[in-house]
Amino acid sequence: MPVAATNDFTEPAVAPVASSTSLRQIASHPLTLRFVSFGLLLVAWEYAGRIPISVAFPTFLETMRGLLDMAGDGSLLKAFLITLKPLIAGLMISIALGVGLGLLMGLSRFSEWLLGPIFIIAQAAPLAALIPVLTFAYGIGLTAKIMTVCIMAMPVIVMNTLSAVRNTPVSLVEMGRAFLGTRSQIITRIILPAASPMIFAGLRLGAAAAFIGIVLAELLITPTGIGDLISYHQSVADYPKMYASIFSIIVFSVLFIECLERVETVLFRPEKHAS
Amino acid sequence: MTMFGYRLPMMTSLILWAVLWELVGHTEAGFILPPLSKIVMRMGEILPTPSFAEALLITGRSFLTGVGIAVLAGVPIGILMGRSIIADRLLLPWVNLFLSAPLSALVPVIMVLFGLGEATIILTVTLFAIWIIVLNARVGVRSISPSLVEMAQSFGASRWQAFSKVYVWAALPEILAGVRLGVIRAVKGVVIGQLLVSVVGFGTLFEIYSSHFLMEHFWALLLVLFAFAFALNEGMAWLERKVQYYAASRA
Amino acid sequence: MIASLANVAPHPGTAAQGSAIVSVRNIKKTYPGGVEALSGITLDFPEGQLTTLLGPSGCGKTTLLKIIAGLLPATSGEVLVGGRTVTGPGPERSFVFQDFALMPWASVLRNVAFGLELRGVRKSEREAIAVGHIAKVGLKGFEYKYPHELSGGMRQRVGLARALAVDSAVIMMDEPFSAVDEQTRRKFQEDLLGLIANEKKTFLFVTHSIEEAVYVSDRIVLLSRRPSRVSTIIEPKLDRSGDPEGIRRDPAYLDAVEGIWQSLKKYLD
Ligand SMILES: Nc1ncnc2c1ncn2[C@@H]1O[C@H](COP(=O)(O)OP(=O)(O)O)[C@@H](O)[C@H]1O
Ligand SMILES: [Mg+2]
Repeated sequence: MPVAATNDFTEPAVAPVASSTSLRQIASHPLTLRFVSFGLLLVAWEYAGRIPISVAFPTFLETMRGLLDMAGDGSLLKAFLITLKPLIAGLMISIALGVGLGLLMGLSRFSEWLLGPIFIIAQAAPLAALIPVLTFAYGIGLTAKIMTVCIMAMPVIVMNTLSAVRNTPVSLVEMGRAFLGTRSQIITRIILPAASPMIFAGLRLGAAAAFIGIVLAELLITPTGIGDLISYHQSVADYPKMYASIFSIIVFSVLFIECLERVETVLFRPEKHAS
Repeated sequence: MTMFGYRLPMMTSLILWAVLWELVGHTEAGFILPPLSKIVMRMGEILPTPSFAEALLITGRSFLTGVGIAVLAGVPIGILMGRSIIADRLLLPWVNLFLSAPLSALVPVIMVLFGLGEATIILTVTLFAIWIIVLNARVGVRSISPSLVEMAQSFGASRWQAFSKVYVWAALPEILAGVRLGVIRAVKGVVIGQLLVSVVGFGTLFEIYSSHFLMEHFWALLLVLFAFAFALNEGMAWLERKVQYYAASRA
Repeated sequence: MIASLANVAPHPGTAAQGSAIVSVRNIKKTYPGGVEALSGITLDFPEGQLTTLLGPSGCGKTTLLKIIAGLLPATSGEVLVGGRTVTGPGPERSFVFQDFALMPWASVLRNVAFGLELRGVRKSEREAIAVGHIAKVGLKGFEYKYPHELSGGMRQRVGLARALAVDSAVIMMDEPFSAVDEQTRRKFQEDLLGLIANEKKTFLFVTHSIEEAVYVSDRIVLLSRRPSRVSTIIEPKLDRSGDPEGIRRDPAYLDAVEGIWQSLKKYLD
């Protein structure tokens, strides 16, 4: 039986690979494989672009050149600044309102009865279809885009906050009562901290949905920011720059969500970086 | 929720909201949000029309095809990742990335590559649904007890037999949970795809209704979509509960 | 200032045998849904003693303890603590939870000081008190650790320190050792005896282990199967002045264990 480099994994029962152990260990080292993984995809991208599989499929290097061009002439930064405004505004509103409503529903049976069904449906429903209605109601400006971000991001934040509050260990709340905590002390010092990991998980999902929403809004309502870069370069068939714009927003969203996680660990999870 | 000593079922508050909607619909806001009664009447009018039937057919077809591809590709990939550490290390970063990436930005890429047709919608659906299915199948396989794997081994199961007779069934609860989440994402994908392509299925209707400002029509379509999405979600959740005994008896 | 919180127990330490600090009067409890957990319990808990509620799992020990703690309303009957009717939790009672109920996001120090924090005691003051109790339960040096860094036994010591820190007259412990492995458990039982001897408090202890009950208790209340009633009260007169290991070899200890086993056996059939 070859020895894998990890202990959290049982070897494939039906795929015995007869090769030297040490080679396997190097080859299956997490970092090596991560490198290989990214390398393989980029090579595949470059190769597919060279064939080319389609006139509308630039190579990786062309795309990176397009990215550098846009970064150089400042158009990328300008686009990001425009996109970020409704994104951040919408996300802030969604977080404040979403966590607030989730807490309210978690703490009061009446508000859960009243609001719960709306958010249950909203979480399952394709709310993106509301974008045309929002455009009618708020015009083609910033407001409609902020609202788009809100309807995409809020349901998951609300529902996660609600179940986070509901999942607070009963014994912790009992402990708070036994040691004479007032209702507000129990909420702020026990329920909120206990719920915060799951609330943050909801925020990360909400942020991901907000990115989907802002790109959609910028493609559908009026082309602005990154959405404008994408649709403009698409219309003039400058595919490297179109792909570069898409590449940049995806990379940005991944970094943004990663940052959110760091902020959570540093500010709210002392037990994770203790001694 | 109890009121005056009676237990009110969860969804009953929707009645209250429907009444509120009706009332708001009769104010100036009715311009944007027509009264519910009119929307429901309009629904009865739209549903039997051939254009609706055609849109439904195209949408349903591309939805089912997209989900089908996502399941048929996603479950084996997830199982592979659960069984092979190399595959796992190679693929997991990408699965995680696409799970939270703004996929709506990738729809234009699909559009320029595959044109403004059903293929683009199908691929959008697959793109939205597949990652969570992969991830759940992976988790499912990892939670299979080692003794079950040894059993398959000791009976000399071939690779294909082990896959089709052991892993899929043993990981079924997680796989189904993944498919349910994938289906919810797929519903969002099919709508986002059609909004962006706007010449296919409901996309055409969205475009016609909103450009002619037919708000009652538009809302009728929305309600049908939302009700469908909700029913689908509940149906899948029911199915998931049905196989729960698996998870219990497996441990 | 802490001492004033314990004003319900006006003469700590000088309690004569038999003067009850906690009195349970005909308590009945039926859970919503119809499970009748307690059917008329009347009991006195003498001040300064450790009284154990012993009975099979599911007989209602936790239920009774939580009613005394004021965490759960009784269906009928009343509980008196220091002569006053219990309507909710109070400063003269504190609780050690079966599952520890530690806050994973808080250090040992903050967990132990938490009862005082909720009462609005100043940070420096409550931390000084907490540090003392942390040392007393044998966790000196672990003040800034987090619960997930501790073993089960150590976590329960934190739970005990938290209950001691509020300086209440009555400390209730619900199967405090049930989630702790056997070796740790024995050591903990021995340490508990030492603590009790020094603290001059009244302990209400719950367990389903006969040996544990006999080892630590002044009085043992045997509860019958659900719906629970008091079946017998046993007072094992053990000499606890010597070495704690010796108790387990004391004939009185062995007799008491055997006696309880005989009287519990009839419920098992
Ligand atoms: N919240 C509850 N609702 C309904 N029944 C309960 C509840 N809590 C406990 N019970 C039932 O009451 C009985 C006594 O429970 P408990 O006091 O926890 O027993 P013990 O601590 O002696 O093991 C058990 O049969 C249990 O199932
Ligand atoms: Mg119990």
